[in-house]
Amino acid sequence: EAAMELPPSHYPASRAAALATGYACYRRGSPGRGLALRAVRRARRQDIDDAGRKYHLELVLEDVLDKDSTVNCTAEVLYHLDNKKIAPDVQFTIEGELKNTDEADNIFYNRIKTLEKELVAENIPDSHGNVSPEMEPIHLLAWVASGYVIWQNSKENTKFQLAQIKRVKQVKRSDEYLEFDYLILLHEMVSQEIIPWQMRVLWHPQHGVQVTQDSRQPKQASE
Amino acid sequence: PFLLFQFSKGGTNRPAVWIDTGIHSREWVTQASGVWFAKKIILDHENDKGLASILDKMDIFLEIVTNPDGFVFTQTQNRMWRKTRSRHSGSACVGVDPNRNWDANFGGPGASRNPCSETYHGPYANSEPEVKAIVDFVKNHGNIKAFVSIHSYSQLLLYPYGYTRTPVPDQKELHQISEKAVAALSSLYGTNYKYGSIITTIYQASGGTIDWTYNQGIKYSFTFELRDTGRYGFLLPAKQIVPTAQETWLALKVIMLHARDHLY
Repeated sequence: EAAMELPPSHYPASRAAALATGYACYRRGSPGRGLALRAVRRARRQDIDDAGRKYHLELVLEDVLDKDSTVNCTAEVLYHLDNKKIAPDVQFTIEGELKNTDEADNIFYNRIKTLEKELVAENIPDSHGNVSPEMEPIHLLAWVASGYVIWQNSKENTKFQLAQIKRVKQVKRSDEYLEFDYLILLHEMVSQEIIPWQMRVLWHPQHGVQVTQDSRQPKQASE
Repeated sequence: PFLLFQFSKGGTNRPAVWIDTGIHSREWVTQASGVWFAKKIILDHENDKGLASILDKMDIFLEIVTNPDGFVFTQTQNRMWRKTRSRHSGSACVGVDPNRNWDANFGGPGASRNPCSETYHGPYANSEPEVKAIVDFVKNHGNIKAFVSIHSYSQLLLYPYGYTRTPVPDQKELHQISEKAVAALSSLYGTNYKYGSIITTIYQASGGTIDWTYNQGIKYSFTFELRDTGRYGFLLPAKQIVPTAQETWLALKVIMLHARDHLY
């Protein structure tokens, strides 16, 4: 079936774009680099018999730490048929170079490696949107890792964003990796629900970010 | 009773603009922006020619904490609370989505009948005193010409409808106003907004505020979704409050000036 042009400002394009961005951020991000969606330049949609619905997207992504730094990104998102309970397929290409974050990543890595006690923190950002400079890489790491959870759980009628880190605990490791256990809140735009989610995140400067385990949590009792 | 600011240079029951912020309690940049708008009107009503000319012909009504119970709850118990804090019999869950409680296709698609849901429409239209107070005010006043309900986040300027894909009769005019308003907003700090009808731009929603106000005959009915686009979301850093309010005010002036020049 031929691809149909979609208005970039309408929600089918923006939902697919949010998913593609989350996935790209997961694959390319680090505590020193997060990617966010700046704009949808073009979107097309195609129904694929017996497979699902595919979106062709032309996006502009920005570096969350340096808003002036943007890259073009083309992406394809395939939402599988509803009865197949599998995550959407996402492929993307980023045009040009992303900023090198080796120095910032290594500084963060060494800081955490030399902590006397395992890192523990809560409510990042706090109610007023504050994130201390020491917690900025922890925040960004959650932003990157949440891209995985968002990718795995997105459908055509959902749009997820990381709302807040409720708590983060560093997990002691004997090898060179850093590991953190996060409890995050995801905001799902269509239902407007706030969904607690737990995730285990592994990171090493040379090995990227990996979510090794994750689980949806029940809504808090304080309602 | 509810707390409402009226900015007026006199006259009797002049045509008016209504602005509300904080109807969803977790959207803290909106209540804060409302405070800034109030101060702006008081400081600038003589020296800003556009504002002075608006107030020569029209009153401005501003409700800043439109959902007070929810607001308190976000400060004391749960920063992410959205709804009112009403308890209706038959459910252990608290609160109604005040932006699904209006009498515009009430209970239709895009609102939930589950009391535990964030988009619960409530037991019946205007069940929430926060909503009924505004409905009564608008009906009693009878001369409101522009109605703007302010939310966050997503950086959108929206016009009706949310409950149906049928475009409003004034769609072309509202779209043109939106284009101008968004350009004015962007001109200050380069903040990018998208605009369009609710149902095409974000989602289908029934029982929404500006669908009701439009159907009451208030042609210039708009909803804003302020900063940002998700990086901080509801937890927008406090240092972004003033820039957000400043740029939004430019868009509001476009809408108010258009209403003043096209009174009906």
